Amino acid sequence: MQTEVNTVLLRREVMVRLIKAFLSGDFLKQADGVPFDMRPKHAEVPFRCCIHKERAILRERAIAALGGSIEEDDDKTHLSEYAARALERERPDETVLTVIDTACQGCVPSRIYVTDLCQGCVARPCTTACAFGAISIKNGRSVIDGEKCKSCTKCMQVCPYSAIVKIKVPCEDACPVGAITKNGSGHAQIDVSRCLSCGACMASCPFGAVAEKSQMIDILRAIKSDKKVVAMVAPAVAGQTPASINKVASGLIKAGFDIVMEVAQGADITAKTEAKDFAERMEKGDQFMTTSCCAAYREMVKKIAPELKPYVSETETPMHYTAQLAKEKYPDCITVFIGPCVAKRKEGLQDRFVDYVMNFEEMGALFVAMSIELAQCDDYVFETQTSKQARNFALTGGVAESVKVASGGKVDIRPTCVNGLNPKVVREMMMWAKKGQCPTGNIVEVMACEGGCVAGAACLNNKKIAARNVAAYADKAEDIKPD
Amino acid sequence: MLNEGKIKVQICLGTTCFVMGASKLQDLERMLPPEWKDKVDISAQTCLGMCQNPDSGFIKAPFVKINDEMIGEASVEKVIDKLKELIVV
Ligand code: SF4
Ligand code: SF4
Ligand code: FES
Repeated sequence: MQTEVNTVLLRREVMVRLIKAFLSGDFLKQADGVPFDMRPKHAEVPFRCCIHKERAILRERAIAALGGSIEEDDDKTHLSEYAARALERERPDETVLTVIDTACQGCVPSRIYVTDLCQGCVARPCTTACAFGAISIKNGRSVIDGEKCKSCTKCMQVCPYSAIVKIKVPCEDACPVGAITKNGSGHAQIDVSRCLSCGACMASCPFGAVAEKSQMIDILRAIKSDKKVVAMVAPAVAGQTPASINKVASGLIKAGFDIVMEVAQGADITAKTEAKDFAERMEKGDQFMTTSCCAAYREMVKKIAPELKPYVSETETPMHYTAQLAKEKYPDCITVFIGPCVAKRKEGLQDRFVDYVMNFEEMGALFVAMSIELAQCDDYVFETQTSKQARNFALTGGVAESVKVASGGKVDIRPTCVNGLNPKVVREMMMWAKKGQCPTGNIVEVMACEGGCVAGAACLNNKKIAARNVAAYADKAEDIKPD
Repeated sequence: MLNEGKIKVQICLGTTCFVMGASKLQDLERMLPPEWKDKVDISAQTCLGMCQNPDSGFIKAPFVKINDEMIGEASVEKVIDKLKELIVV
């Protein structure tokens, strides 16, 4: 997914400023100033129509960064009030995404459109390709009747000049389940009863109009308290910065965490449990089983495709097992999962062992705000060794492979991957459930993001480089030992 | 620019610069025209010290140093434009 575009950098700058504000001791007042500090009087207006609109949008970005809902905002509540609420709340909000409607462009509705490249040719294949009679020729040009057009794209495919295009609404186009659509005023709106919290819309919007409700202030409060705070870093962390995972862990200690655990530790448990589950199911005569660690996929089964439920492994996720281990070892601790994923925030809210979730971007912002240079950090020594396969959970194919190795060659296991969710794949998977069979394998790894967790919506590094780094770190470890 | 020696390009991949956008600069070497290859010398640094300038240093990150000149809010495009000036002259 996209990293480092302007919208991402704006989001990070807002976050850095709010963390600095929290640490300054004058949080409320400084929080109020963020939009004005970023766009002071007479400053250049880089993106929008005027400085006031820029500030209004920055204010809404800050509301999300403080964990608030823009849907409930009344435009006049001061950021200091949102900051004060963040200092008092017991629990972060249940829905994890919010639409910054001031930022939303209200992109033109998706439709098939004839551009002026149309030559009004004699063959006119578009008119015959259309099964709905939606195309006619007017003034020597092809014209589409919007009432009749079903957006089947047949005309697009046959035009010899590529003159017909599909106008897309980026967020709608990215959503695998049709959960984001435009409301009456033309702005995007998320249907929470369908939303998987996968973050695809957030990553795709060119205006940065979809935002996560951050738990950063809650986490900073936890760090300030006298409780032990455990940072649990997802396997994808190994690819996020030029510094090693051990230095990142030391950086987190500098930032105030007490202990750092690799979520790969929980991934080892997931792999073994899943291998057992798989063997039992095959014994029983099942034709396939899907993995269960992708949070967006879990939501998809719950909300969109309950017919898949019987085929999903009962195994808990690496985050869950890691948090459980943390709570057993340090009974009164506060657990913070740190990962690339928007959906994990949702999962974290539902998991009794996970207190907070922070994404990699927020982790980066924390380092910036506290001036922590990772290159100068020590090499943190993790208490538990993790396996090669567990470290590879962040890559597409990694989870299925781990189940295979953890099975120790005892069963016939044919891994196959759903590498990225989209409407077509979702439909296909529903067919597998109907037939009780998957044509390509018997253990189906499902990851909502194409490429795996290293391509999550809240990453710091380019996904190719990140994948390389993760694999290199995995190669240093030993293979998982089958039980 | 005298054509002695190579143009020295130091990309800051320190933590602040990296988070504020330098991850894109990792691709710089691949994006240069092939005929520039022996004219520039690209290296990665960890913190050029700029981000620690009082208060607002991080806002100008990422930094790239080309010979003696420091470039703030650096992007691949910005660096290439600067190199064009230096190489053409
Ligand atoms: S992509 Fe969606 S959220 Fe972004 S501006 Fe367009 S309609 Fe709004
Ligand atoms: S399912 Fe994903 S893309 Fe669709 S609205 Fe929810 S977070 Fe956005
Ligand atoms: S991290 Fe680049 S100047 Fe400090």
